[in-house]
Amino acid sequence: MNSPLKRVSVACLLMFGLLMANVTYLGAVRAEGLRNDSRNVRMLYGRYNVDRGWITADNGKTTLAKTVDTGDKQFRFEREYPLGKPFTHVVGWFAPESASGIEAAMNRYLDGSHPDLVVRRAIDMVSGKPAKGASVDLTLNTKAQEIAYKDLAGTGKRGAVVALEPKTGKILAMVSVPSYDPNPLAVANKATVNKAYNKLDKDDNKPLLNRAINLTFAPGSTFKTVTAAAYLSDDESRDENTQVDAPDSLPLPGTNISLPNYHGESCGGRATLVEALTISCNTPFAIMGMDVGYDKLKEQAEKFGVGQPLEIPLEVSPSDIGPDESKAALAKTAIGQQSNQMTPLQMAMVAAGIANQGTVMKPYLVNKIMADGSEIDGTDPDELDEAVSPEVAGELTKMMINVVERGTGGAAKLPGITVAGKTGTAETLPGKPSHAWFISFAPVDNPKVAVAVFVESGSAGNDATGGAVAAPIAHDVMQAVLGQ
Amino acid sequence: MTAKRRGAQLGMLAFAVLIVMGAYAGVGLGINGKVPSGMLGYGLGLGGLMLAAYLVLAKWAPWADPLLLPLVTLVNGIGLVMIYRIELAGEKLASAANQLMWTALGVVMFSAVLIALRDHRVLQRFTYTAGFAGLGLLVLPMLPFIGKEINGARIWVGVGPFSIQPAEFAKLALVVFFAGYLVAKRDVLALAGRRLLFIDLPRARDLGPIVITWVISLGVLVLQKDLGSSLLLFGAFIVMLYVATQRTSWVLIGILLFVGGAFVAGQIFSHVEARFDVWLHAEDERLYTAVGGSEQLMQGQFAMGSGGILGTGLGQGYPYKIPLSFSDFIFPAVGEELGLTGLMAILMVYALIVERGLRTSLAARDPFTKLLAGGLSFILAWQVFIIVGGVTRLIPLTGLVTPFMSAGGSALLANWMLIALLVRMSDAARRPPPQAIQDEGMTQVMQR
Repeated sequence: MNSPLKRVSVACLLMFGLLMANVTYLGAVRAEGLRNDSRNVRMLYGRYNVDRGWITADNGKTTLAKTVDTGDKQFRFEREYPLGKPFTHVVGWFAPESASGIEAAMNRYLDGSHPDLVVRRAIDMVSGKPAKGASVDLTLNTKAQEIAYKDLAGTGKRGAVVALEPKTGKILAMVSVPSYDPNPLAVANKATVNKAYNKLDKDDNKPLLNRAINLTFAPGSTFKTVTAAAYLSDDESRDENTQVDAPDSLPLPGTNISLPNYHGESCGGRATLVEALTISCNTPFAIMGMDVGYDKLKEQAEKFGVGQPLEIPLEVSPSDIGPDESKAALAKTAIGQQSNQMTPLQMAMVAAGIANQGTVMKPYLVNKIMADGSEIDGTDPDELDEAVSPEVAGELTKMMINVVERGTGGAAKLPGITVAGKTGTAETLPGKPSHAWFISFAPVDNPKVAVAVFVESGSAGNDATGGAVAAPIAHDVMQAVLGQ
Repeated sequence: MTAKRRGAQLGMLAFAVLIVMGAYAGVGLGINGKVPSGMLGYGLGLGGLMLAAYLVLAKWAPWADPLLLPLVTLVNGIGLVMIYRIELAGEKLASAANQLMWTALGVVMFSAVLIALRDHRVLQRFTYTAGFAGLGLLVLPMLPFIGKEINGARIWVGVGPFSIQPAEFAKLALVVFFAGYLVAKRDVLALAGRRLLFIDLPRARDLGPIVITWVISLGVLVLQKDLGSSLLLFGAFIVMLYVATQRTSWVLIGILLFVGGAFVAGQIFSHVEARFDVWLHAEDERLYTAVGGSEQLMQGQFAMGSGGILGTGLGQGYPYKIPLSFSDFIFPAVGEELGLTGLMAILMVYALIVERGLRTSLAARDPFTKLLAGGLSFILAWQVFIIVGGVTRLIPLTGLVTPFMSAGGSALLANWMLIALLVRMSDAARRPPPQAIQDEGMTQVMQR
């Protein structure tokens, strides 16, 4: 009977072999998919079982997102956003099945799964403590952020504000309006969260979108700074006093329409560059654009960051000056009225680049990452590009100072501090209200802040100009930063 | 030689108890952040229990295989710890105290079998008794008043506050019956008979009684909707028939019968068809949400997937989220917290137990012992294969207990008795033959 018994032994061996192979397949090959299956409640519990790192600003002094121990067995650590709405688009939220903003972008640090934290996590595991994540400190200046939100929300319009530190690229403020309270999205109940989310998603004002970085808009006259930069860089002999043609109306080549100045105003036929920018004449910049040509204008815009992929670490939608269609189109591109589309962050980078003597710094939101009281990582300022020479930057600055001192940007004046700026009023569709823009920086001799303010579709009617609606907001934001 | 092995056995036993105590402490640390207060008592209890089993074994079966008891102690202990862990998580049906009590009774049964049954070959005399006892036990739950239906299967008998599953003991009795009958008739089964096509069919009067018993057993189990036990008994019968007659044709016939039977069962019984459906399309959202659908199976899969290679650590996962995580699905529950590594170790332990059993069978000197040891070892392996294969979706889920691990008194008692029989037989197989009165070896050496 031994030979059949031996075969039975082989059969048993095979059975155990099959079981082991199958268990290996489950535990090693299929594990990832099974772990992440939406029906696997462990995913949900796991998210609420990590003592998630906090999100702070002002060097850790202000708390933007914190973790509270609820004592609940399954959903132990819940997230709270004490400062709410003004910070929502930057900080984001941590929902049962998703996350946004910094919560999503820095998740691996916050939940402790980042390779940099592997040793700490191993220690927690051995000692049986819940996994603890690292804290993320943001570059935001909370005062500037709050005043920007208050002012912008106060207009009753949609819009965005971005403030940068020109020398480093630190993002001091980034606000998108309308905003929403992130706290209802952070509760550990999928159904409640889905209901709250769907309501926001269906809202016609699209509060979920971050208008500062994820939507692009016609930049209007603020783009004249880019055109002027290209024009000045194109010929070293040019400066702020260079005379340019400034007809009341410019027939666009190849079409039967003419480009007028704003409200049909006259700029006197000829004007210096500084005069043209100060009162925001359209025709001289259209001529300048056609003069330097599409390629040089595009190259200039790219040096300011247009079209470059950016992660701050939030994903930034690329800006674009539009395709090379015709001379007429180029003329309108030069004044920011064609198919050129900019994010408010991009226009803040233009202002910051001019402020920083032509060098554009990479914008960033994360100041440092802290674990157990020590810094484990931080962001070092990094140069994005040399947009213009320091000389050209100087000329542009002088022109922009004039805009604030004597031109359309008077509302941005600060007592005892020289401010440089540029207004923009971008016509959208015929009969629709315009977008209002304002970009500025201060103090001119030692720039500490550069701001872009964007108010979507301005206020009702045609009197919505960057100078009237957007400049006062920039004024308050700059004051908040400089006042410290 | 024997003494040394006994020392090694004691060492291994102590090691197994230590591993289990470590796991017990791990659960406490994982859930409450401190070592459970009952740690010492628990360790002493389990250690004392196993020491008693060891002493019985050393006295009444000194030549027995030294590995069997430590290996069984290890899986039994891991099962206890897992049930304790699931009970701590608030699962009301899981009771570590109950399981510990049944383990103690299991050890008592183990000892009783070893002490009472000095020579297992007497079982051969009770061949037909065992057959009738097996059938009787199977029918018991069908009787009014004492029979109980739980979770759709009528396989329980209520005795006072306890419920037992007589089928667990019936399996043992039937294996004894198969072994006794087949050994008695194996010559006629193998030789006499008529050749039909390429198969030698035995005479009906030789095969009749055993086939009748077997068909009744299967019928009863099918009526009770106990698919796992049906499959278990079917496999054990075919394999024992094969070992006794040495004819491969029985295995082929068995497989054909099984495929045919499964097909017919799928047509007749909706619950069999449903099991197949769930097995093949477990991830299907429609089946997942259906009543009696694939949710339990998938929860087990999720648990194992989340455990990954090293597991979450004891007390740190959510194994209690799997329905019946303390009984049928204890294997995936262990997989979540001990990972692929832990599951492999447990499968290895089972494989070793089976291997020691089969080794006993190969070493045995008489056919009855060979067949009984082989049958018992196979039924253990086959049971692990059916339940573990079922919960890991290798084969359709039919529902059985994981031997020694799942919560359940009857299964623990029956399996400890099974191990006692294997130990008894290994003692007989390894015992040196009696010395010849005249020592011929000596003269041979002298001649050199």
